[in-house]
Amino acid sequence: MACFLVPASEAVVTTVIEKVVRSKENKNGDLTVKADADSLKVSLSEKLGWLNRMLWGGSALLAFEHVWHGEVVPTFPFLTAVTNGETSEMLQEMGTAGVGMAVLVTAIWGCMVAASSVISKRKVAASEETQKEV
Amino acid sequence: MTLLITVFAAIITTIVWYKRDNRQEMQLGTLCLMFWGASLMWLVDAIVEYTELGAQFFMQDPADMLNDSYLGLSVVALGLVIWLVILLIKDPRGVVRSALANKSR
Repeated sequence: MACFLVPASEAVVTTVIEKVVRSKENKNGDLTVKADADSLKVSLSEKLGWLNRMLWGGSALLAFEHVWHGEVVPTFPFLTAVTNGETSEMLQEMGTAGVGMAVLVTAIWGCMVAASSVISKRKVAASEETQKEV
Repeated sequence: MTLLITVFAAIITTIVWYKRDNRQEMQLGTLCLMFWGASLMWLVDAIVEYTELGAQFFMQDPADMLNDSYLGLSVVALGLVIWLVILLIKDPRGVVRSALANKSR
């Protein structure tokens, strides 16, 4: 019905957060990353960029699916569920499937962030060990 | 079918992202994340539908399956178009800019 609106709303919020974090990093000059051959450290703004791309991309493709099924139309109020008086069912679906989508994508992103932290820590530990040996 | 086709698209783009050296230049990460994001969202949709329908969820009409397949392929095509537009706007090799500059001369 309109479940994609929940991850799309989250995407708006995380995009604003990413912009704020990126400008702060640029001000402080601690935009460490851009994963090159030597460094595997990833800045917070870059990590937020992963979440944004998943949320925006997923929402856009899901919105297309809703257009395909005639659930989203180009005329006001844009949602057939509202026109047909199924607003409560639509809101219920947004509360279950929509919230589930946003939570799952964010959880997977959390796993990606955790994995990248572990990898960069290992890399740092390995380079420290090499320096000790030298 | 839409979920399956999108998951396969996500897997293939991830393999390409892993193998290519110019992944950052080609914005392959964006394409991967877009398909993975959509796959995860459709997975939730499928789980919700499965809880409502039970085993009936796996017994679709051939006509519905065909429609879902068309939808899946269209979704992949749309994802690729979005990626292409992002690539052309960012224009990492300056091809579009130089082409426009040559035309304006």
